[in-house]
Parts: sequence; C-alpha cells; structure tokens
Amino acid sequence: MTEPLLHVDGLHKAFGALQATDGVTLALMPGEIHALIGPNGAGKSTLIKQIAGGLAPDAGRVWFKGRDVTALSTQARARAGLARTFQISSLAMEATVLQNAVLGAMGRAGSVWRFLRPVMHDAELVAQAQAALQRVGLADHAATRTAELSHGQRRLLEVAVALTLKPHAFVMDEPMAGLGASGSKRMTTFLDGLRREAPILLVEHDMDAVFALADRISVLVYGKIIATGTADEIRADPQVRTAYLGEEDAA
Amino acid sequence: MRRETILNTLLYLAMPVAAGLAFVMGETFLITLITRAAIFALAAVGLNLALGLGGLVSLGHAAFFGIGGYAMGILAHHAQTYTPIMDTWFVLEGTKSMPVIWLVAIASSALAALAIGALSLRTSGVYFIMITLAFGQMFYYFAISWPAYGGEDGLSIYVRNDFPGLNTLDPMQFFALVFAILSGVLWWMGRLARAPFGLALSAARQNAERVETVGLGPFRLRLVAFVISGAVTGLAGALFADLNRFVSPTMFSWQMSGEFIVFIVLGGVGRLFGPVAGAMLFVLLEHLLSPVSDFWLIYVGTILLLVVLFARGGLIGSLAGREVAHD
Repeated sequence: MTEPLLHVDGLHKAFGALQATDGVTLALMPGEIHALIGPNGAGKSTLIKQIAGGLAPDAGRVWFKGRDVTALSTQARARAGLARTFQISSLAMEATVLQNAVLGAMGRAGSVWRFLRPVMHDAELVAQAQAALQRVGLADHAATRTAELSHGQRRLLEVAVALTLKPHAFVMDEPMAGLGASGSKRMTTFLDGLRREAPILLVEHDMDAVFALADRISVLVYGKIIATGTADEIRADPQVRTAYLGEEDAA
Repeated sequence: MRRETILNTLLYLAMPVAAGLAFVMGETFLITLITRAAIFALAAVGLNLALGLGGLVSLGHAAFFGIGGYAMGILAHHAQTYTPIMDTWFVLEGTKSMPVIWLVAIASSALAALAIGALSLRTSGVYFIMITLAFGQMFYYFAISWPAYGGEDGLSIYVRNDFPGLNTLDPMQFFALVFAILSGVLWWMGRLARAPFGLALSAARQNAERVETVGLGPFRLRLVAFVISGAVTGLAGALFADLNRFVSPTMFSWQMSGEFIVFIVLGGVGRLFGPVAGAMLFVLLEHLLSPVSDFWLIYVGTILLLVVLFARGGLIGSLAGREVAHD
C-alpha cells in the first residue's frame, strides 16, 4: 500500500465551547484529488489552517511526506513543499501580477537575501513565473496591478503562485469561487491534469466540480468527518444526504 | 522618462545647485543649511526603508540618530582630550578620523537596531509605534543622566573631524562629502527596493500571509530591514554631530523621531526621494518661517495636516502621481 503524502491524525481544535475540529483524520494519497466538502460553518477553513499552518491544533498530528509537521510554521511547511491557495485571495495587491508570481519563484529558490540586482531582471525567476501565469491563462495580465484583477482572476493568480513553488501537495481553499461558469470549467480541466504533478486537497463549494474531479470526498459537518468515499459512495450515503446534500436540494 | 524620474532628478540636483549658488554669493550660512537638509534627508531615507517599504512605523529612530551622534561625540571627545576610552585590558583610543567614526556609528546603531527590532517586531500596529517610542526614550534619559559625556549639556567637539584629502572645516567641502554619502545611499536604496529583498519586504507589508505561504519569514525580512534602516539613520547622526560640532541628548528625543516621520509624510511615504523632498521642504520652512514667529512649527503643522488630508502621496505623490510598480 502506498503511503499517504499528507496525513491528518485525530485533529482537535476548540474555540471556547465550540468544537471546530473534532477528531478529524484524513489522508491525501499521491496522485489523487481529495475533496473536502461541508456546509458553511462546518470548520473547513479551521481545518485547512491547521494543515497548512497558521493555527495550532489542541490535539492530534499533521504528517507531511512522512514527517511530523504539526509544530512547523507556515513558511517551514511551504518550504517542505506544501502549497496553499486562500479562500479570500491573499496577494500583494500593489504589486504586479508577474511580481506576485516571481515572489513565489523566489521563495522556492530561497534567493531572498539579495540586495542589489533587480529581481525582475533575473531571467530564470521571471521565466518560471511567466510559465506559471501561462498555465492558468494570466500571461496577458502579467504587467497588470494585482488590485485591478477581477476576483476570479485573483483566484487564478493564487493558483499560479502555488505552481511556482513546484510543490509536492496542494491545499486549495475554494479555487473556483468567483470564476463563473466557463472559468470554473477551465479550472476543472486544469486541476484534473494537475493531480498528476501533485495531489490536491480541495475545499470547494462548486459541487459539479467536486463530483467531476474528486477521487475521494470527505464530508465535514460540525467539525467531524461523517463520511469519506468515492463520489458515488458519497452521493448514496444517507447521513450525507440529510446533513448536507439534502439541505442543498431543499434550498 | 517617467514623471517621478524627472522630479527625482530635479530634487537631486537642487541641493548641489543651491549650494553652488550660495558658494558663489559667499553665503556660507546657506551652505550649512543645505548640508543640514541633506543630513536630515539621509536620516529619513534610512527610516523610509522601514516605514515606507516595510510598513514599520518606528517612532524610535532618534535612538539610532543619537547613537550615531554619540559615536562621533565620544570618539572625538577622547581624541581631543587625549584620554583613552578605556585602558583596562587594552588601550582603546579615540579618533578624529571620519571614516572610522562612520564605521563605528553604523555598527553600533545596527547593533542597537538588531536588539530593538528583535523585541519590537514581535508586536505590530500601534504597539510597535509605542514600543519603539519607549526604546527611544530609554536612550534619551540614559544620555541625560550619563555624566561622563556631558549629560544634559551635551558634548562640544572643537574641531570638525578629518577626512583624508579634504578640509572638512570648509562648508562646501563638508557639504560635498555629505552629498556624496546621500547619493550613494539613495542609489543603494533604489536598487534595494527592486532587489529580491525589496520585493519580499514590500510583499510582507502588503500581505504577510502571502509571504509566509511562499516559504519566507516576514519577521526576518522586517528585522533585516530595520537593521539597515537604523544603520543609515545612525550614519546620518554621526554627520549631524559633525555638522554642529556638538552632541546632546536632544538627538535622542522623540521629537526628533517625529520629525523624521514628518519628512517622509511631507515628501511621500515609500517614495525613494520622498524623505529628500520632505527634509528640504522642512528646512526651507524652518529658515523662512522661524524669523516670522517663534511658533513657526504651527505653520508646518498646518501644511502637514493639509498634506495628510488632501495629498496622501505627499509632495512626490501629488506631482508624480501614484507609484508605478517596478519593472
């Protein structure tokens, strides 16, 4: 049996009386897209923060590439090869699109302690950044100020920056949000190919995308994973139907 | 050419041209005034790296200005009184050599910035402002209560220190020296803002989470920026002390830190020549308005208020428009 690349084991996190993460265990296998779904307030973002860094769990461990990363900072996890995209775009808004991507390439190369040569004249970093923008279809916007991008384009840039890190695994928080129907379809096709480079833990509200893409789906409700399985298994699961999908049908 | 480049060139040339005119007219006092503006500009250029590019509003940069000043004062004092600084384990003499004094000023203010930064940068926002202010005040009161170097009265240095090949007592030659240093530092700051470090520091200001997510640590970026920033302001302090041939605890005062921030805000936060424009404007206003009234700062205050309310980009921002991202 292959080892999971990313493994979350018995994670607990409480805010006061609220159990935001209540004994979550899940694994991300090489080559797969593992979708994490759940109604609003289920604790998806809290869980993502504990996996990617930025929030320490009360109990439980996070393993990445066979190494316990629970105590590591966000930047240490990023350097270990865990790339993350944010639900609410987290970019340097005054910088250009290309500069944001170059920042990623720079972080990957570890070449930040340089104080003289203009970074945008570094042919190799710029080439890597441009290649990443090309892949998500933002190459034409390279010189645009990031603040002037639409919300959908910012999501694409988030993904492009993650690509420049050449990561071993992606953790993506709602990459489809704000993309619109055609953009969402393009992104679905793109992520479909991306899983061969590195597996993706995907938090997504776009159910069409989730059921089209995911090798496995985990359903998070009130901080607990109530089911994990293939798209068909999840569709058929009665617990999931009442807790989640049913609510959506009714709405 | 971009409008900001033209404006920067004009601002850059204004100082030597004005100094040259003053020299021709024999107005020695004006040369000293322009030198003062150039030194203030240098101090604020240092702060601008932390404040403008790094987003770190330090209200304690007078600490570094003062450390630079006292580095000069202490070394020169021992040299002029022919007393060693210490002779316990080995003899350490004072010096009148500017290059040595500058190195000591840079090293000691960088060291202080490392210590102050390492503690202050764990906070942010208004707490950062307050803790840097507190450190600045610590140095201020220490200088006041330390009798060995004049305490509250400060320290007079009778003759300006030496620089190989120059007569530093000649105002024009001293101005040229200061202007050369300012030029060098401005050149470096321009490069620094566009270098990998500058991009990462500026990204950390805009969005610390973004920087962490690509595997970089905002704390270390900010600490290095703070150290460089403090060292530049410290060098300005050594020059300021040499200009006046006098060091006093006022160099450590929080009003001094406040003035540096005023220079930057007047000129344009984060703009390469913002502090230069601000310092020139401030010294000009000081010169023109102080004969009008003892309370001339009230006019400066009004101007500052107008800039903050109606011209957020400062002088450079109003004349050259919004900053364009570096290519």
